[in-house]
Amino acid sequence: MRRREGEETVASRTITLNINGEERNVMVRNADTLLYTLRGKLGLSGSKPGCLNGDCGACTVNVDGWPMKSCLMLAVEAEGKKVMTIEGLRNAPIQQAFVKEFAFQCGYCTPGFIMNCHALLEQHPNADDKTIKEWLESNICRCTSYIEIEKAVKSVLRGHSGGS
Amino acid sequence: MLPFDFEYYRPETLKEAVERYQFLEHQGKQPTYFSGGTELITLGRINLAYADAVIDMKEIAECNMKEFNGDHLVLGSALSLTQIEEANPFPLLTSVASEVADHTARGKITLGGNICAQIFYREAVLPFLLADSQVIIVGPEGIRNVQINEIFQEHLRLKKGELLVQTVTDRRFIGAPFFAKKRRQQWDTGYPLITVAALKIGQEIRLAISGLCPFPFRSEEMEVYINRWGQSLEARIDGALSVLPKSILDDVEGSADYRIFVLRNLLMDALQALG
Ligand SMILES: Cc1cc2nc3c(=O)[nH]c(=O)nc-3n(C[C@H](O)[C@H](O)[C@H](O)COP(=O)(O)OP(=O)(O)OC[C@H]3O[C@@H](n4cnc5c(N)ncnc54)[C@H](O)[C@@H]3O)c2cc1C
Ligand code: FES
Ligand code: FES
Repeated sequence: MRRREGEETVASRTITLNINGEERNVMVRNADTLLYTLRGKLGLSGSKPGCLNGDCGACTVNVDGWPMKSCLMLAVEAEGKKVMTIEGLRNAPIQQAFVKEFAFQCGYCTPGFIMNCHALLEQHPNADDKTIKEWLESNICRCTSYIEIEKAVKSVLRGHSGGS
Repeated sequence: MLPFDFEYYRPETLKEAVERYQFLEHQGKQPTYFSGGTELITLGRINLAYADAVIDMKEIAECNMKEFNGDHLVLGSALSLTQIEEANPFPLLTSVASEVADHTARGKITLGGNICAQIFYREAVLPFLLADSQVIIVGPEGIRNVQINEIFQEHLRLKKGELLVQTVTDRRFIGAPFFAKKRRQQWDTGYPLITVAALKIGQEIRLAISGLCPFPFRSEEMEVYINRWGQSLEARIDGALSVLPKSILDDVEGSADYRIFVLRNLLMDALQALG
């Protein structure tokens, strides 16, 4: 018998995800990544597909306040956790800093960078240079806006005067 | 997105996990334990890994332990490398683990997953080889506690259906002087080339290496030469390099000769750091 679209099987089911503070029910295959689910099933296309291999960081979201490459996580693993995507940030200090410092060119890497920086600010508001470098090395910018991105992050971290 | 489907289970106890594995196998399925899951997700996408049932171990309390029990540090296999780095209970492990992948990926990659992975590097095992740690393993035949050097030969020799639950490390190794350095093909985040980790216990230097062979290893033969204190650093290193394992990697990341050249320099750095 052919399986109908939307029917639960041992390999797919409806799950509830907490995304940007909202409970969303969504039918997923167990094999669907969080990235695919966010973009393809929930209409949240801010997280970008790049390498799909955990290397580039374009797909970064926050899970329980920590950065997560959403191409490395199954949607079913995110059940019971708080997921925040770029759509959940509304004019946050790090977004304003990216605009102020022109910390992007084509903008493809920007949502991932911003979500990583946002988590850094939450987890380590006093981050030193070593910590900033360690965290931000997880993301790649093909347009090489690195200097401006560093300036933007430092401008919103405590203890940095910005653009050092 | 993965090109195949699988069942997904998230047991809360070790018993449930092992029984689920056996049950699925009896049904003729191909189950796999899933910790960070990065191997199945990345290799599965390009058809280099497959499973039709996944047993996620991240909800099992024993696999999330991170505490000192008397004089022993117990670390659960499902702890992410970032969790270990942030807590820093074992500085040599922090130093080695914080060079695996990148910071965000380490929030997903777990200790047990790295030790049991297919990839050649598996740097997270090096500190445990050096510290003669115990590994707690559970499987269909029950629980066993084994010295890691007895069971990690090129890879962790688990029996079918067994899973790594914890590592247990004696406190006296945790505070010992150490050296750890990873050299990459390029930049600070490029693909790994060679990692050398060393621990000094009294006047004895122990040595473990990842990225030279298709498996990480600790070499007691090399340690004999490294610990010939009366000799020059060069002679000790030449001696150690004369007893390398046979299977030196020779690939696009680095030729065999280049890897040995990098290793020689790293050994010099290690000996200079540890005396
Ligand atoms: C961007 C990126 C960069 C990477 N860089 C590095 C690197 O620098 N060095 C390196 O070593 N690796 C690197 N890897 C590979 C990665 O480390 C391995 O795929 C990873 O270690 C697996 O960890 P995991 O927790 O995701 O394991 P999983 O994918 O969950 O498991 C890996 C394997 O181990 C088995 N397994 C997992 N846990 C257990 C357990 N407790 N008991 C028994 N079996 C178990 C699984 O069945 C599977 O076969 C990188 C991966 C990515 C995505
Ligand atoms: S798309 Fe996820 S890291 Fe590149
Ligand atoms: S701004 Fe273009 S990739 Fe970063």
